Amino acid sequence: MRVSAPRFDAIVVGAGPAGSVAAYTMASQGMRVALIERGEFPGAKNVFGGVLYRKPLEDIIPEFWKEAPLERKVVEQRLWVLGKDSVVSLGYRSARFKEPPNAWTGQRAKFDAWLAGKAERAGAIPIYETVATSLIRDGEKVVGVRTDRDEGDLYASVVIIADGVNSLLAKSLGVHREWNPDQVSLAVKEVLALPKDIIQARFGVEEGDGVTIELVGETCGMAGLGFLYTNQDTLSIGVGVMVSDLRKKKVKPYQVLDGIKQHPEIQRLIAGGETKEYAAHLIPEGGFDAMPPLAGDGWMICGDAAQMVNAAHREGTDLALLSGRLAGETAVACHATGDWSAGGLGAYTRAVKESIIHRDLKKYRGLHGLLSGPQVELLFGALPQALNDAVYEMLSVDGESKRDKQKRAAALLREAAGGTAGLIGIGWRGWRAMNG
Amino acid sequence: MSIEDRLYAVRYRVDDKSHLTIRDQAVCETCPTKACEWFCPADVYAWDAGERRILVAYENCLECGTCRIACAEHNIEWTYPTGGYGIAYKFG
Ligand SMILES: Cc1cc2nc3c(=O)[nH]c(=O)nc-3n(C[C@H](O)[C@H](O)[C@H](O)COP(=O)(O)OP(=O)(O)OC[C@H]3O[C@@H](n4cnc5c(N)ncnc54)[C@H](O)[C@@H]3O)c2cc1C
Ligand code: SF4
Ligand code: SF4
Repeated sequence: MRVSAPRFDAIVVGAGPAGSVAAYTMASQGMRVALIERGEFPGAKNVFGGVLYRKPLEDIIPEFWKEAPLERKVVEQRLWVLGKDSVVSLGYRSARFKEPPNAWTGQRAKFDAWLAGKAERAGAIPIYETVATSLIRDGEKVVGVRTDRDEGDLYASVVIIADGVNSLLAKSLGVHREWNPDQVSLAVKEVLALPKDIIQARFGVEEGDGVTIELVGETCGMAGLGFLYTNQDTLSIGVGVMVSDLRKKKVKPYQVLDGIKQHPEIQRLIAGGETKEYAAHLIPEGGFDAMPPLAGDGWMICGDAAQMVNAAHREGTDLALLSGRLAGETAVACHATGDWSAGGLGAYTRAVKESIIHRDLKKYRGLHGLLSGPQVELLFGALPQALNDAVYEMLSVDGESKRDKQKRAAALLREAAGGTAGLIGIGWRGWRAMNG
Repeated sequence: MSIEDRLYAVRYRVDDKSHLTIRDQAVCETCPTKACEWFCPADVYAWDAGERRILVAYENCLECGTCRIACAEHNIEWTYPTGGYGIAYKFG
């Protein structure tokens, strides 16, 4: 080891939500922390839908919403099942989501920069515009990182790997293999500018309040979900599809997005919106069974790098925040004892196991099988359309008796699912996946 | 909206060296799917039938990582651009 190389108590790689919170937690307890980020600024490389929940961050920074750059309070959440030219919708609106707010919409470039700023003010040393290119080891033990700067080696007692879904560092540890194409979705997104009052009128909300719409169907038969969220004076619209399906289908990702944007019901909501940005990012969807080991000699892994995303509930940021905090707290405890071994840092793995991260991902562990299995075309193609057709049958008055209509609506669904047994089978597998 | 118009809305700081490399063009030549022409959200990859090679427009890369995982031949060497270079989102 070169004597002149800077030495820290902890190095955090990645200034996304996981990394910034880890750095914040340690720096506020007086540890010497380096926060490395490859982007021009924290958030420059990051993308989300994005809904940000209050609770996980409130536990770390009380009343953060008074200073954080956020868009609109989410007062209404809708689920839209899309057919070709129609939609079956379900929604929930409640004043209880307002005070205190349950969630906000937000934008990564602004939010991440703010959160990293909190870590800096707590004393973390920012090392931005810098790629951590590899881990430095002493035998099995991780003792630092090499960066793409001249003389860029940094040493520390622990390295927290919070570098997101494309975690080259976690791969280089050799503790887990590359993601399979059915463990990640590719999401493409656009930000569309629209005047505030138009957004408020179209979505039926007041100043400061907002709506989220999750979209099922019209993803060219691929496992995937779309979203349309309201910001102050922009809309976020996007769609994510499983990479394994994308590879098979010969449809370009932005063509899937175009299909959704051109849907007549969505067209009404986004009309006149000017595209201000186009973005693409992977979402880890392998769930519980894809999680790598979380800690070892001199290292811990947090957030997306460890597949901590609950795809069924679009929660990734909150799990990243929580895991960053748990890793930070573990490091603070190890700093006190001086034990940075796999045994000492193993407290982080146990903390994650006892947290909601583990409990929630375990509950949905079957979802991955369902979404990568043979029933995908059905679930995301034929069934949404059949549901729309069935509702059309039920609601159109054309002289036919209600009894006959009901029969035909049920038949449409049954047929799409490949008979009664097929329908029951899907229901059962779906139930198991959500409650396994 | 065309992909060119979309990419035009994105802010980049382009490095002069590519962070994406085709490991072996001979593998691409016999690749039956040329799937990279489809799955990349920024149309970075294009098969040049005349030169019989995959062209890589790395300047447009959104750094999503799909090609790292989706090329069945693992024929794309994927690294991050130099610190500070590449995509810089305004919204994200
Ligand atoms: C389209 C989309 C919609 C989503 N919607 C939601 C939503 O509505 N709600 C929600 O809660 N979650 C959502 N998510 C998930 C959420 O965005 C992620 O789970 C979360 O951002 C993970 O945080 P992280 O800190 O682990 O990783 P990231 O936010 O990815 O941060 C990793 C950081 O590490 C940096 N980095 C990587 N490698 C290096 C290196 N070698 N050296 C230096 N720096 C490096 C990156 O530049 C980046 O800043 C969505 C994701 C996508 C893609
Ligand atoms: S990069 Fe991969 S997918 Fe593209 S042509 Fe070459 S081998 Fe095929
Ligand atoms: S990282 Fe994404 S945007 Fe860049 S070349 Fe690969 S697939 Fe295309």
